[in-house]
Amino acid sequence: MSRLAWRVAYLREVRDETPSARTLVLDVPGWPGHLPGQHVDVRLTAPDGYSAQRSYSIASAADGDAVELTVQRVPDGEVSSYLAGAYAVGDPVELRGPVGGWFVWRSGDPAPVLLVAGGSGVVPLMSMVRARAAAGSRMPFRLVYSARTPDDVMYAEELKRRALSDRGLDVSYVYTRRAPDGHGRPAGRLTAVDLAEWGWPPEFEPAVFVCGPTGFVEAAADLLVDAGHDPRRIKTERFGPTGG
Amino acid sequence: MGIVTPGFTGRRRSDVNLPPGQYLTEDFPVLSAGPTPRIPLDAWEFVIVTETGQKHTWSWPQLMAMPSEDVTVDIHCVTKWSKLGTRWRGVPVSAFFDEVETAADFAMAVSYGGYTTNVPLDDLLDGQAWVAYKFDDDDLAPEHGGPARLVVPHLYFWKSAKWVRGLRMMLEDEPGFWETAGYHDYGDPWREQRYQGD
Amino acid sequence: MTFADTTFTDGNALAGPLRELFALEMTSADGRCATCGRTGPVADLRVYGHENGPGLVARCPGCEEIVLRLVVTPERVWLDLRGLVSLAVIR
Repeated sequence: MSRLAWRVAYLREVRDETPSARTLVLDVPGWPGHLPGQHVDVRLTAPDGYSAQRSYSIASAADGDAVELTVQRVPDGEVSSYLAGAYAVGDPVELRGPVGGWFVWRSGDPAPVLLVAGGSGVVPLMSMVRARAAAGSRMPFRLVYSARTPDDVMYAEELKRRALSDRGLDVSYVYTRRAPDGHGRPAGRLTAVDLAEWGWPPEFEPAVFVCGPTGFVEAAADLLVDAGHDPRRIKTERFGPTGG
Repeated sequence: MGIVTPGFTGRRRSDVNLPPGQYLTEDFPVLSAGPTPRIPLDAWEFVIVTETGQKHTWSWPQLMAMPSEDVTVDIHCVTKWSKLGTRWRGVPVSAFFDEVETAADFAMAVSYGGYTTNVPLDDLLDGQAWVAYKFDDDDLAPEHGGPARLVVPHLYFWKSAKWVRGLRMMLEDEPGFWETAGYHDYGDPWREQRYQGD
Repeated sequence: MTFADTTFTDGNALAGPLRELFALEMTSADGRCATCGRTGPVADLRVYGHENGPGLVARCPGCEEIVLRLVVTPERVWLDLRGLVSLAVIR
């Protein structure tokens, strides 16, 4: 393996996911490919030399030079407000990656998969869902996605479509602030009952991936361990206090 | 320097007179190296240990009884943000040394939670440093170093130890937490002494 | 004295900086805490100072003591591994 260097990527396309999040489709010449769950470090430099760096999970499955990141605008976030705002098609950005070898799903893994997403934590898990489909895998996948309101759900249309067309994929939603009419579960935080109903039982020994703000991940991981899941089969990725 | 990102300016301005390489901010970023300690005031103490092992201890009520000052100072963080006109209330470090006999030239500031940073004694006296317990008229918040922190504004702000619990006097300079990890032993922002070797 | 916090992230945040230093992927390496002996992947460490600190401080999720510190300056990467007894890295 050679030294990991910063590369220049160019914005090819933008897709709004929610009022505060958008997907950046980047063209990264020479991209070596990536595994679902990996991330990149992004570096922005102002004309006066000031620079800031943040990590973003890759949202897409490997696809040549194309890398998709979904950026959630964080209150007072100087990097996210640029990437989800002024950053324009054709403009360059520096990134380093792919990095991360722990929070990764490989399509050869023999276990069913439980994905637990808190807010923007769905991004690397979406990469896994997309990679599964691209590989033609039938491995049973359950995604439990916690979001504040239906307006905050990223990839809403795609997840609806995949839940129907991707064999063996189930998607369920836990709304914490406002649930849609007829949802059947009142708004509230993720509980043990939600995981028991929408997740895999511990006896299935699933590979579990939990991602989101630190508080969410700590709470969800505790619920899973209390329910009997082996802590060594739970992989976590914390986005820090704001989860951006 | 990396390639310039068109349209990115970050959250700060650089149109005022700042130390080299600094940028002005209106925020007050919280930098952490660990969990925020929570120290009950009835357990809090400030201890100066001299080079001979003599201990001088002040409790919170004793701290409150000492002469305090309201100061307005500019602060400069090694991570490049500067904040001008910050207001603090605290006890000048000199006031503690009225009662302490020491031949030492250096002090290691020691904090609840284990943080340390080294400062020459001369830089803590003569109106250059305070044990501060109020910021902007409010009690100093835990995430900003409350109940009390060191404030040494003429040096980079990592020298202003949060959750300060005392000073250990040293005959020779010894590097503290960040100084053993690449940061400068003295840390003068106007000479841009950020890292070892600067 | 008590601690109460969710301001940390985890060892996944070390992937980029460590990948600049080491030829092998480090976040899936098993580390043994020098203070309490707990063993686990670097990815599970509690990492403070990401995004805006002078450096990265990784603490043991079991005992909260420092396992490793990493500082990137313009000329060097400083790595303090005193808090680790050993690191077993997958080849």
